[in-house]
Amino acid sequence: MNLYGVKSIYKFEMARMRRTVMQSVLAPVISTSLYFVVFGSAIGSRMGDIDNVSYGAYIIPGLVMLSLLMQSISNASFGIYMPKFSGTIYEVLSAPVSYVEIVLGYVGAAATKSTILGLIILATARMFVDYSVLHPFWMVSFLILTSITFSLFGFIIGIWADGFEKLQIVPMMIVTPLVFLGGTFYSIDMLPEAWQTISLFNPVVYLISGFRWAFYGVSDVHVAISVGMTLVFLALCMTTIWWIFKTGYRLRS
Amino acid sequence: MQPDISVQHLNKIYEDGFQALKDVSLEIHNGEIFALLGPNGAGKTTLISIICGIVNPGNGEVKAAGYDIVRQYRQAREAIGLVPQELNTDSFETVWDAVSFSRGLFGKAPKPSHIEKVLKDLSLWDKRDNRIMSLSGGMKRRVMIAKALSHEPRILFLDEPTAGVDVELRRDMWEMVRKLRENGTTIILTTHYIEEAEEMADRIGVIRQGEIILVEDKNSLMSKLGRKELRLQLMHKLDKIPGELTLEPVELSDDGYELVYTFDSQQQQAGVAGLLRTLGDLGIEYRDLQTRESSLEEIFVGLVHE
Repeated sequence: MNLYGVKSIYKFEMARMRRTVMQSVLAPVISTSLYFVVFGSAIGSRMGDIDNVSYGAYIIPGLVMLSLLMQSISNASFGIYMPKFSGTIYEVLSAPVSYVEIVLGYVGAAATKSTILGLIILATARMFVDYSVLHPFWMVSFLILTSITFSLFGFIIGIWADGFEKLQIVPMMIVTPLVFLGGTFYSIDMLPEAWQTISLFNPVVYLISGFRWAFYGVSDVHVAISVGMTLVFLALCMTTIWWIFKTGYRLRS
Repeated sequence: MQPDISVQHLNKIYEDGFQALKDVSLEIHNGEIFALLGPNGAGKTTLISIICGIVNPGNGEVKAAGYDIVRQYRQAREAIGLVPQELNTDSFETVWDAVSFSRGLFGKAPKPSHIEKVLKDLSLWDKRDNRIMSLSGGMKRRVMIAKALSHEPRILFLDEPTAGVDVELRRDMWEMVRKLRENGTTIILTTHYIEEAEEMADRIGVIRQGEIILVEDKNSLMSKLGRKELRLQLMHKLDKIPGELTLEPVELSDDGYELVYTFDSQQQQAGVAGLLRTLGDLGIEYRDLQTRESSLEEIFVGLVHE
């Protein structure tokens, strides 16, 4: 295994995070903090508890998940798209690195950044809302697993995209609505029965539900199903990436 | 001794149906400078890109440093350094970081002393902490070369390395290429500057419409396909070429004051001597004469337009 190669890609991507700390870290922390202030402190104080959890605390897992998904996709897609855009991808393609090593470097860095960001947002949330973590191990596990899965998804988007617009389409037009409709601000039990059924087709429901269970022990679906669905999505992303490198799709002509 | 690069019956057809390479076979030996010449779109970059792993190969077999580029891609690619045609660099990285990144990517442990040597050899040492975006085009080209040399490759591909660089840098690069060759590095060069190939190459390959039409030692190519001209400035104007000379490849200039005699480089000077004797017999006097040899550029243009 070319560990030096993996380390080089990883370090390069982490250096990009340090260079763009305003955009990579501060911007998502500030925007998520605004949600905590508005929905957690201001409006939340006038809302009733959900599943015996205060509204301000209830929305924390969903909001962290929103940032986690968006940043994982954004970091990974940008990480692989930029070398394609600037032409420097030639160096990675001509290097003695396998596709597993390439993915480890790019996705590993993107997932690391997202996980760090998720933890920073959680720490920031503490300044506005009081919350507890019932299952810390599972909370961190969900955080890492989701970061990896959606960084893989972002990597796929970065390879698929042939313009900056396409990089934004999936996070803005698909992921954001799915997160908002995936139980970030409410329990799907609060929806009419038909919408509850429809919601179960939204994969983000399982992520938020599992993550929330790690905090408060309450969930919309059983935690095992949440873990299972996340692993299914992870497997789908890995299969797609395997196919991309096997065929050279949008990488090697 | 096995060649450093071995290409056997290689074909490449792109998805749109364009056949970029047609049954290409080529061997390049250790320590030589091989110049691959061809007009735009002839297949030079496709061939290099396949050998380096950037483009998927079609049918055929390609080996680099004795390793199959598909089955043993790690060993093959470790041996190769590539300086691509385009100035593709990471703008925000410093020179030092960019070159160190390349070394790591190619699986080599950090070796600051080597990076320092490469940067000094390429006159980049003073710029090592500068961001690449702040460098001039010529300096960026040096960075590309430094990145390609960072992992100490035994085979170096230079795809149009001096395109758009000034004369001084071009001379520096030629000097650097010669030094690399002296250290046993095999160099494959594509260039539009025939002068560059003429100056540096040991062997020349010409590719046209995806086919290798010629691979030849430079000197023997120039003597085999090169032409010589003898130009005679006449004392008195001639109205037409005398009948005694009509069988010779002789042309008369429009003003009637110059005779041009063309002959093969390999041909002995007997033809020249015979011509001069005939002119003497005819009483045609000349005040000056000069010979010139055709350049590689003229040979190349002749080949690709055949």
